[in-house]
Amino acid sequence: MVKKVIYGNHAVSYGAKDARAEVIAAYPITPQTQVVELLSEFCASGELNAKFIKVESEHSAMAACVGASATGARAFTATSSHGLALMHEMLHWASNARHPVVMANINRAMGPPWNIWTDQNDSIAQRDTGWLQFYCSTNQEVYDTTLMAFKICENDKVLLPGMLSLDAFVLSHTSEVVDMPPQEEIDEFLPPYNAKYKLDLEDPRAFGSLMFPDWYYELKYHQQTSMEEALKVVEKVGKEFGDRFGRHYGLVEEYRIEDAEIILVVSGTIAQTSKEAVDVLRKEGMKVGLVRMRTFRPFPKEKIRKIASKVNKIIVIDRSISFGSEGAFFTETKACLYNEKDRPEIWGVIIGLGGRDVTVEDITKIAKKGKDGKFKINEINWWGVKL
Amino acid sequence: MKLTIPEEELMYEGTVDCQGCGASLAMRYALKALGKKTFVVIPACCWSIIAGPFPYSSLQVPLYHTAFETAAIVSSGIKAGLEMKGIDATVMAWAGDGGTFDIGIQALSGVAERNDDILYVCYDNEAYMNTGIQRSSATPFKAWTTTTPRKYPKARPKKDIDEILVAHEVPYVATASVSYPEDFIKKLQKAKEIKGTRFIHVLAPCPTGWRSLPEHTIKLARLAVQTCIFPIYEVENGKYKINIKPKNPKPVDEYLKLQGRFRHLTEKDIKDIQEITIKKWKKLLRKEEFS
Repeated sequence: MVKKVIYGNHAVSYGAKDARAEVIAAYPITPQTQVVELLSEFCASGELNAKFIKVESEHSAMAACVGASATGARAFTATSSHGLALMHEMLHWASNARHPVVMANINRAMGPPWNIWTDQNDSIAQRDTGWLQFYCSTNQEVYDTTLMAFKICENDKVLLPGMLSLDAFVLSHTSEVVDMPPQEEIDEFLPPYNAKYKLDLEDPRAFGSLMFPDWYYELKYHQQTSMEEALKVVEKVGKEFGDRFGRHYGLVEEYRIEDAEIILVVSGTIAQTSKEAVDVLRKEGMKVGLVRMRTFRPFPKEKIRKIASKVNKIIVIDRSISFGSEGAFFTETKACLYNEKDRPEIWGVIIGLGGRDVTVEDITKIAKKGKDGKFKINEINWWGVKL
Repeated sequence: MKLTIPEEELMYEGTVDCQGCGASLAMRYALKALGKKTFVVIPACCWSIIAGPFPYSSLQVPLYHTAFETAAIVSSGIKAGLEMKGIDATVMAWAGDGGTFDIGIQALSGVAERNDDILYVCYDNEAYMNTGIQRSSATPFKAWTTTTPRKYPKARPKKDIDEILVAHEVPYVATASVSYPEDFIKKLQKAKEIKGTRFIHVLAPCPTGWRSLPEHTIKLARLAVQTCIFPIYEVENGKYKINIKPKNPKPVDEYLKLQGRFRHLTEKDIKDIQEITIKKWKKLLRKEEFS
């Protein structure tokens, strides 16, 4: 067991190394650069036996991962914001071709104007590309999720690509202690990827050829059922990881919700801030709890329904906005509760876009305002916007 | 009798190409030259169709269809994956002129600059034929396409993709024509043995888009060489060699008049094209001399 104090970005690099990624293709973008810098060192020194393709764009980074994965190799990349947006077409390609590529995305705001700080609009905008999406809140979770993502995505019942997100700077450039298990134990947890379908000289087939409407529709059905299957696999792998390494992960993390009357639904590093806020409020006697969303795709509907059935009020805090609608987690949370008999009251709050700081005080105030029923229903509640 | 073309067929009959398709012929020769240990990567182009719809494949080698602009880099990704798996094989990107000269040039340039170990073949039919004959940067000067109507034919010359690749200092760049299969096959076989980025640009007439007769495909691809409109040469580690040198180049008119896409040309247009062609040819002769 090795414990190191490392940046969130380096937690990604160590994760990819310890997962024994075989082909890495990446293009630099702030604030992701440290991820690929360290990985290129690992590859150059031989510490990691992998091909590192230093591509000329993110679009090519994902395309190279697609090609590598088609041969059955374990492929990895990392990007952020505009880089992720540029990949968009190939994100569909990776998912539609059922390549279990794993990628780290450093959540950064989209320009213009240029902004290198955090919000989730970059990854939320890739919602419908058929990628699993994980949101991390500590460097340890970043490292662990990188390992787990490969195991989840490469599962026969899933065979879809996966993206883990971490907040720009708040996590990417913040040092925390990360516990890294011995390589042999990781290898046991994550054996080499044995691709069921791959380009093969002995069994030459054509991948991705023109498909008429008679066939295509069913493929989409299966992509969705695999996503649904992934809900179970995420939990199964999270449990196995916990049993082996002592850190358990699920679709969501529940914090002090046992007797909670009001619940905050959050993701990313805001969750860490919110946990502190919950502790402060609990001391004041408020029955508040927190649900941290680890997965956005697939969306853990059942989990949310179960939690929601026990509370009166839910506040969903989003660090993204779907223009013309509302925060993405808010929409999803509401949607999965619509057919429930006893629905809690539910409000959506937008906060911290473009890296605006989110403090414990912000969250305690939000919780109190919700408790007092002072938020607007059916409207966006903008927190801290200067008008 | 000694055969000059390998007998092995790695392409099935009954492909869904147009009559007299030069691109189809080019693939047939390419696979004969490269053999079974070949992976083919095809971006959006005529060959996305010719290769056959699911569940069919017209090729007897593994084939990966990919996005328009990614033939080169997906090939690199495949090569990297194969290397990690210890599989030694040729990875051939097989793209049209649109996927090479235009939308795919960025990824191709990246691959060439890194000298990734792939063979890139561009079958050039001089326009976006699969989408219905729209101009590409490979479309010749003054040619008609559906986006360069006869009243406003293409005003700019064909992009010199070969020189762009030569400028990347890759180990091998060559041009070829489906009318000179021995030359084309020899180049493919030579390229197969070279490590690094290898680029072969093969002229593949398109009767549908050129508004020519299917039975003129071979004739046209030969006239393109004999008029010096499409010179056949190779550049190996920077050294030029013109493989076919017409002693007395035929007048360009002989090539142009067989194609409906040049039907609107005036006497002056033809004269201009003749002059440009010879000027470029002389430049190439000097490159050979000085390299």
